[in-house]
Amino acid sequence: MLVYSLYLKAGDNIVMQKTALSVEEIRQDFPILKRKVGVGGSKTLVYLDNAATTQKPYAVINAMNEYYSNYNANIHRAVHQLGEEATFAYEQTREKVAKFINARSTDEIIFTRNATEAINLVAYSWGRRNIKRADTIVLTEMEHHSNIVPWQILSREKKSKICYLGVDDQGYLKMRDYERALEKEAVRLVSVSEMSNVLGTILPLKEIITRAHEDNVPVFVDAAQSVPHLPVDVQRTDCDFLAFSAHKMLGPTGVGVLYVKKEILEEMPPFIGGGDMIKEVHQQNVIYNDLPYRFEGGTQNIAGVVGFSAALDYLAAIGMDRVRNHELDLTRYALSALSDLKDVIIYGPKNFRDRGGVISFNIADIHPHDLATIMNEHGIAIRSGHHCAQVLMERLDVAATSRASFYIYNTQEEIDLFADALLDARRIFRI
Amino acid sequence: MSDDIYREIILDHYRNPRNKGRLTDPDVTIHDSNPLCGDEIDMHLKVEEDKIKDIKFEGRGCAISQASASMLTEMVLNKPLSMVKNLAKEDILENIGLTNLGPARIKCALLSLKVLKMSMVKYYTDKDPKSAGDFRDEAVKY
Ligand SMILES: Cc1ncc(COP(=O)(O)O)c(C=O)c1O
Repeated sequence: MLVYSLYLKAGDNIVMQKTALSVEEIRQDFPILKRKVGVGGSKTLVYLDNAATTQKPYAVINAMNEYYSNYNANIHRAVHQLGEEATFAYEQTREKVAKFINARSTDEIIFTRNATEAINLVAYSWGRRNIKRADTIVLTEMEHHSNIVPWQILSREKKSKICYLGVDDQGYLKMRDYERALEKEAVRLVSVSEMSNVLGTILPLKEIITRAHEDNVPVFVDAAQSVPHLPVDVQRTDCDFLAFSAHKMLGPTGVGVLYVKKEILEEMPPFIGGGDMIKEVHQQNVIYNDLPYRFEGGTQNIAGVVGFSAALDYLAAIGMDRVRNHELDLTRYALSALSDLKDVIIYGPKNFRDRGGVISFNIADIHPHDLATIMNEHGIAIRSGHHCAQVLMERLDVAATSRASFYIYNTQEEIDLFADALLDARRIFRI
Repeated sequence: MSDDIYREIILDHYRNPRNKGRLTDPDVTIHDSNPLCGDEIDMHLKVEEDKIKDIKFEGRGCAISQASASMLTEMVLNKPLSMVKNLAKEDILENIGLTNLGPARIKCALLSLKVLKMSMVKYYTDKDPKSAGDFRDEAVKY
């Protein structure tokens, strides 16, 4: 079939190019990395805001272009050739996603707009049916707002409770809090992010899930920061729900994934009603579609899913173990560069092996926004603020932090430039 | 460029803010924050004979927002309310010497002016609804 061969052409290329993780070669695949920024366009972009969103390789941009140029059509209902091709590409991506996270079946993979929508889907559909008055939902102090607000909305409606597991001074989860919560409260759900987008802390997920399952409590994993950076295997951890966003892993914006164990998904009521999620509609009743289509109401982001497919190929060709190792190298290097500087506070685990490629820090009395302004002039994109984690900011007792976060195309030279810019910030602030 | 922004005077007002603190018996107190970056400002005002008799601010945030608040309090202390009414954003930016801030940072520089105008809305709400309305139109611009 035409799409398949188009598709493989792009994919083949990638596989051949990526037999070794050569960062210089990888960088050639990302047009934006040639971009000049800063005063008068005098600096080459140093992009260290990957926890917010990553850049896109040609393979992804081209795949979307290809879809719109050659086989743009709505999926699932068309008999014509373009419709078949588009459906094939869309459904093939579902297979790739299932393989990427080692799901048992494509029935367990639902496309959403982003991780946030995936969490909301579960809170609305599963949550409204299963969470009752006085039940407890267990979260952690490290959660992103998107893994807090949907549960608060649900809890307000159901009069259920939310219990936050604490973070210790080294940035690790207090596992004692977990044990206590499971013993004392009527816990109905545990929802945790596998990797903190602020501290970088990687949670002992297997241990958390095994313990919850002893009490028959299901576990939701916010994998927005882990699937892009670590090997993830839903069968190994045995998580019940898992959510992530394509745009944080080389893919386009507007595509997210929700994984749900099939036996749970089968019992879940629909989320968004409309076309495509039904089998039959009559005046007073409907018969819903099979899994996973029942949860994909309305026309989906087909171009985005097609682009995501190329992103998955790209990462799979590199191998997530190598992605992880590259980020470990960069994180170790950056942690050591930062600790060489005076007046720097680094948040999160000191041991680089316990964290992902995310470093939040503060330096002297320079406010993160001022630091980001100075960095920007050096052509360096970092993030500053509360990182959508105000509960954690309160716990750390800071209003804001600066954050540098890495991906496959970042280099040690870029971290050197980043460290130089920090010195310049000290000079500008006369420290 | 950064050297132009973070001049001595800005850093001085950031590290040694003037009129920082609270008033024991303020006529108006108003709080606002910049949701984008979390800068926060509280303004406390004492008004007498249509003049700002006393003003103090509390806040936390970046050098630009805090220095700008500090400089604004100096600018309006003992001045008539009509002067506050006529204050435009250009006046503030000129006063702090930052006329070429980008769109993201300009909000930091203008947060204190917004809070000051909101204080005037509150002050006038019962006394003079028309003036309150005028200040409200001003405050929503920032
Ligand atoms: C840990 C974590 N969860 C959830 C999200 C939300 O992702 P999205 O905005 O793509 O839904 C993010 C993104 O910043 C994140 O870092």
